[in-house]
Amino acid sequence: MGLLSKKDAKLILDPLADDNPITIQVLGICSALAITAQLKASIVMTISVIFVLGLGNVVISLIRNIIPSKIRIIVQLTVVAALVIIVDQVLKAFSYQLSKELGAFIGLIITNCIIMGRFEAFALGNGPWKSFLDGVGNALGYGIILIIVGFFRELLGSGTLLGFKVLGDPIAKTGLYATGYENNGFMLLAPMALIVVGIIIWVQRSRNKALIEDH
Amino acid sequence: MSNKTDSNVYTVLFAIGMVVVVGALLAFVASSLRPKIDENKRIEKQQNILYAMGVNENDESSAVFVADNVVGEEFKKYITKQLVITEGTNAVEDEQAYLIDIKKEQSNAKEGIERRLPLFVGEKDGNTFYVAPIRGKGLWDAVWAYVAMDNNMVVQGAYFDHKGETAGLGANIKERFFMDDFIGEHLKDASGNFAGIAISKSNGDPLNEEKTDNEVDAIAGATITGDGVAAMIKSELKLYVPYFKTLNN
Repeated sequence: MGLLSKKDAKLILDPLADDNPITIQVLGICSALAITAQLKASIVMTISVIFVLGLGNVVISLIRNIIPSKIRIIVQLTVVAALVIIVDQVLKAFSYQLSKELGAFIGLIITNCIIMGRFEAFALGNGPWKSFLDGVGNALGYGIILIIVGFFRELLGSGTLLGFKVLGDPIAKTGLYATGYENNGFMLLAPMALIVVGIIIWVQRSRNKALIEDH
Repeated sequence: MSNKTDSNVYTVLFAIGMVVVVGALLAFVASSLRPKIDENKRIEKQQNILYAMGVNENDESSAVFVADNVVGEEFKKYITKQLVITEGTNAVEDEQAYLIDIKKEQSNAKEGIERRLPLFVGEKDGNTFYVAPIRGKGLWDAVWAYVAMDNNMVVQGAYFDHKGETAGLGANIKERFFMDDFIGEHLKDASGNFAGIAISKSNGDPLNEEKTDNEVDAIAGATITGDGVAAMIKSELKLYVPYFKTLNN
């Protein structure tokens, strides 16, 4: 980490585990449910959120001293919405196939509470470089959970990963299916995303007791 | 926050300034990218039509279109006639038929304006294909399809797409395992009346070997999307029935 001071590195690394936006801050749960039925969608959402949150944090940080505090939430919302629309339009023009696959998710980014949360909690009070690191760190921490959940839901629910049939063909009964294994369709439904997130929270807190909240 | 940014005048001015700046920026981005986006849409439409009649680069399991840079020529080569059908049976050739916006035609029809039905006639390996573009509603948003039929309304190929169905569930209507089930499926029942194709959860025919039952196997967890697709096929393709009758006379 020669490029980053210890403090800066902490901004990126903390949200990955001990200050994870999903499992510790409990933000962004809605999109973690909605789009994790497939691994690919999780990865794409992660990349989009890294871009929007990194850039949005910088923009908010740059104008933090001139934003009137009464309408700061609206200003933040406008910044996210503008960034998301630009991303959407640029993708449509230069990578049409990708933009079609992302279609619904790009719009969903606007409603991702992690973004508003980081604008409000960090970018409004810190410089652009730190805000950028914080944005990227939190988006990565969010993405890791999304990818873990997406991995298990696609593997156990559809028997595929990124669309490849890793467990064999369920209709022709090859591979694992020859032994009588069946896909668990329940994994594809939203409640199972919550349960998988719950299991991650449990594993994380039992490995690091300091994370367990007092009651 | 300093006092300066707390005043009402400053707040209002800031809001106005922000709207102007953001609005101008977005308007600039949208209008400078517009031609490119329209071109992409035209390419996509032609690819979809060709895909339905079997002109594609499909490998074993995924759906692959003809390449962007050749689609224009391929479209001219395979599509022999573009028809616009009005009053059920009155077909007129129109080079621009592929630009007809189905959504607009549907809302026109609701207001009592005569709906124009585009139909693309293609020739491949000596067979004639009739490709109809159709549009309906899924769970979250629009679903649409290009269905290639022979002159007896037996499906020869189909391409489905959607705006915002759930990934891994309803979005699977554009996967090969679903679309390929339609190939060979009859739109008419045994007595020759138009029946459509139902998306069935209980037909006990996952490999879709029964082609005359007017049913294909549903996608698990995508009931409403499937019902939407079936309703779209039934209501939209029905409009083409009078024209197909004239073909067989």
